[in-house]
Amino acid sequence: MESTQANPGLLCSPEDSQRTLYPYVTGTSVVALKYKDGILMAADMGGSYGSTLRYKSVERMKPIGKHSLLGASGEISDFQELLKYLDELILYDNMWDDGNSLGPKEIHNYLTRVMYNRRNKFDPLWNSLVLGGVKKGQKYLGMVSMIGVNFEDNHVATGFGNHLARPILRDEWREDLSFEEGVKLLEKCMRVLLYRDRSAVNKLQIAKITEEGVTISQPYALRTFWGFSAFQNPTAGAEGSW
Amino acid sequence: MEDEQTTFLTLLSVVAIAGADYCVVAADTRMSTGYSILTRGYSKICKLADKSFMASSGFQADVKALQKHLSAKHLIYQHQHNKQMSCPAMAQLLSNTLYYKRFFPYYAFNVLGGLDNEGKGCVFTYDAVGSYERVGYSAQGSGSTLIMPFLDNQLKSPSPLLLPAVDAVTPLSEGEAIDLVKTVFASATERDIYTGDRLEIVVLNADGTRYEYMELRKD
Repeated sequence: MESTQANPGLLCSPEDSQRTLYPYVTGTSVVALKYKDGILMAADMGGSYGSTLRYKSVERMKPIGKHSLLGASGEISDFQELLKYLDELILYDNMWDDGNSLGPKEIHNYLTRVMYNRRNKFDPLWNSLVLGGVKKGQKYLGMVSMIGVNFEDNHVATGFGNHLARPILRDEWREDLSFEEGVKLLEKCMRVLLYRDRSAVNKLQIAKITEEGVTISQPYALRTFWGFSAFQNPTAGAEGSW
Repeated sequence: MEDEQTTFLTLLSVVAIAGADYCVVAADTRMSTGYSILTRGYSKICKLADKSFMASSGFQADVKALQKHLSAKHLIYQHQHNKQMSCPAMAQLLSNTLYYKRFFPYYAFNVLGGLDNEGKGCVFTYDAVGSYERVGYSAQGSGSTLIMPFLDNQLKSPSPLLLPAVDAVTPLSEGEAIDLVKTVFASATERDIYTGDRLEIVVLNADGTRYEYMELRKD
């Protein structure tokens, strides 16, 4: 009994073993903003297994239906399960064949309900989700956390992005950004995250969603600068300190 | 997410004041978690019926679920009775809904404001499990400890123990009540980290409903 208390990660009692206790393979921040024609979203392609950067080609942004784009951070397997639920949702929506389709607002609502209900069962989907889309000219960008907290805003970020990228966005975002300006702003945020977030990898994708549809870019790397003089001889100020 | 968000609360502040023929419900629009601000433009005031507005602080996901639940119940009521629910009726419904989850509560601290059947302002204040009371004014949320004493001082509500019963509604005019609300929030913003960004005020009176906004400090 005492060993289970001291090491909850090991043997769990049978009643507890069916629920998520902590995430294993995780993705880090997703950053997104509204721009003139729609939504821009950026996420790197890393899947960390604790402190190991185990997977480096994880696509953490996926199109949903005709009008939405979903980005997720947190447990990758839970994200994949969510995609299964959404797949079924979109399938049933298409089967009505009535000319209507679920827009980003509806998908966001659905995701919020799913996350909230899982939280109420003490078995959360360990993700922070970013849902963006455009339908009939209306741009929509929202976020849902793993406990069901949701909101809409002009720019959102999950995880470390909330601490590092949001302040940049609050300062520099404005209505009617062009595509190039939006990408530059996102890259600025992703560069800061790359420097400062331990679980970030330098391989990212930027996704764009407009009335016409979704485009997810090929993976690419950001240019970084490490040539600071202080890095040349890092122990210059503290030689023989031990 | 690397670690569980233990501080998921979006505490903020909500206030409501009842007048002789009006009611003012106000809340700030900041949503925060721990020491971070998630968004500066989130509305916490929900229109449940023509004459009932609910403002809630606490855990946002529970508040949202509660609002949806009550709105759905109200829609059914309208279908069955061909009229809107009165504010006192909505107050009872809210209390019952909260107590229903007595052993897994909605983490929501509510204030319900509106006009009763006579057109007088009414404010009901709740705790998380549904105990409620009709009062002349109330504040809930993180700023309530700062706001409530000031409202007590300014609005001098008579004791509910007096006989014959004295009306709890304030003799202040609508304009004065709105000014009071603005003052109170500006002060709460100074000292409460969870309060700020923008103030949303809903004013209900015989002419209908009006929304007013005021900028608050963003730090």
